[in-house]
Amino acid sequence: MTDSNYPASEIPMIDSMRPTRPAAKARVNGTKLFSWIIFLMGLIYFFLPLIATFEFSLRMVKDTYSFEAYRVAFSEPRFYREFGYSLLWAALTITFSLLLIVPTAYWVHYRLQRVRPVVEFITLMPFVVPAVVLVFGFLRLYGRYYFIVSTPLLLIAGYVVLSLPYMFRAVDAGLRAIDVRTLTEAAQSLGAGWGTILFKVIFPNLRVAILSGVFLTLAIVMGEFTFAALLVHPAFGPYLEEIGAMRAYTPQALSVVSFLLTWASIGVVQRIGRGAPGQAQIAGAR
Amino acid sequence: MSRAVDNRLATVGDAPVARLQPKKFDWAWLGVAPFFLFALLFLFLPSLTIFIRSFEAVGGGFTFENITALFTRSDIVNAYKTSLSISVITAVGGALFGFLLAYAVILGGLPAGLRTFMTTFSGVASNFAGVPLAFAFIATIGNAGLVTRWIESVLQVDIHAAGFTIYNIWGLSIVYMYFQFPLMVLIMAPALDGLRREWREACENLGGTSIQYWRYVALPILMPTLLGTMILLFGNAFGAYATAYAFSGSFINLVPILIGAQIQGDVLYNPGLGNALALGMIVIMFICMLGYISMQRRAARWTR
Repeated sequence: MTDSNYPASEIPMIDSMRPTRPAAKARVNGTKLFSWIIFLMGLIYFFLPLIATFEFSLRMVKDTYSFEAYRVAFSEPRFYREFGYSLLWAALTITFSLLLIVPTAYWVHYRLQRVRPVVEFITLMPFVVPAVVLVFGFLRLYGRYYFIVSTPLLLIAGYVVLSLPYMFRAVDAGLRAIDVRTLTEAAQSLGAGWGTILFKVIFPNLRVAILSGVFLTLAIVMGEFTFAALLVHPAFGPYLEEIGAMRAYTPQALSVVSFLLTWASIGVVQRIGRGAPGQAQIAGAR
Repeated sequence: MSRAVDNRLATVGDAPVARLQPKKFDWAWLGVAPFFLFALLFLFLPSLTIFIRSFEAVGGGFTFENITALFTRSDIVNAYKTSLSISVITAVGGALFGFLLAYAVILGGLPAGLRTFMTTFSGVASNFAGVPLAFAFIATIGNAGLVTRWIESVLQVDIHAAGFTIYNIWGLSIVYMYFQFPLMVLIMAPALDGLRREWREACENLGGTSIQYWRYVALPILMPTLLGTMILLFGNAFGAYATAYAFSGSFINLVPILIGAQIQGDVLYNPGLGNALALGMIVIMFICMLGYISMQRRAARWTR
């Protein structure tokens, strides 16, 4: 992939062949100026809210900048509790999502190529059924069973649904890059059972793909609000919303933390994913 | 003795027939059974419940009233109007600016590093939605936001006192754009990369200008991707709940906000109507999905 349609080395050649050289050059310069303007506009739009949030979070002590809001936010025991819950939900979601998606994607590649479109379509369903509608359906269907509603089962199930597009696409791209059939048959002829094949042959070969899926899921679950709030489970998202309604400064401090967390997760995904097929960022809205 | 032989013959004779039956069931399906079971329990059955119970009258029994109420009750019609307009605004706006941004970093002759930076950042920004995003914009253009204070100190105008508010469709649109156009950049970048240099050269050799190249070659090729992504952005905004809720509470009457309120307490005083409301969303999103898939198929023609 080149970064522009015209690699730098070829521009002079094309220009020199053209009689209207100054005009062509002016066009290139015009495009460049236009591109810079658009880029700078994008940059301002992207960074202004982040700078504003950061600046706001520093203004807790009157007339001076300080990290007081961060100190207050981090000395709150509830912060650790809610954040810890979100981490727990993320861990559970990732575990179940992997156990569901990896064997399915593997099996689809190895034996059932023809159901691949169906499986792919299902993994895109979170786009058709938004989180708020899914919660609504969950409660209509399972709401009257106390033994279901009192556990985080629906929450984790909802998060697994949210993770489907990311997880499936990542794992699917990973499986395409390896020779599933040869690996499986080689393992089988050496006497491996399905457990060994899956956990010792397929999983390690999908490390990069799985890690992308894991960190994308982490980024989604850590700040998720809709499921946790409407199913009434403790989590970082509803906690942030709750203190946002009551206080100033600390919510902004935690928003900065949340942004850094998203940045770190996606940064890891993009770093380990270099050279791997592009990760689609399609998922249901939050 | 002969009986035993007969029995054995009979079993041998029966064997092929007996073996044919299990062959009809492909055991390979068992491998995907857990996935389909999960999808059934946590995607299809909840959606089906919403569908069926949309036709449930207040006292029980079958009715079409909930569906017709979607088109007649003013609060519901307004919620749909608001949700649809905000989705259209941010889909078109996000697509336009996202396209220009993708064009700028990929074909605009900017340093290569900026492209990597922009795609990385778009990956982050498209995932930065929900409560923290709402707070970020409140800290920017809210009553005590950075931009608000700047305008106040530079122009001596208190925009919020002058009747300006960010807690309306336009304010919320600005917030939604933050995760909308990065998504456009992410999808358009590979599509712009896919424009072959030969196409441009062929156009130039035939005497075509830059405008003609975009008008007759590049844009028609990119059109399915552009439209498909626009549909995607539309759905993305249409289903968003957390961002809107944290930004303006229930000030802005959106369909997801109304559904959320219906979950927390039956605000419509009619559970069946709540189901119909959710069903309407599923139907709109499903149409979007079909549009997106058909656009993607068309777009794939040129990437082969």
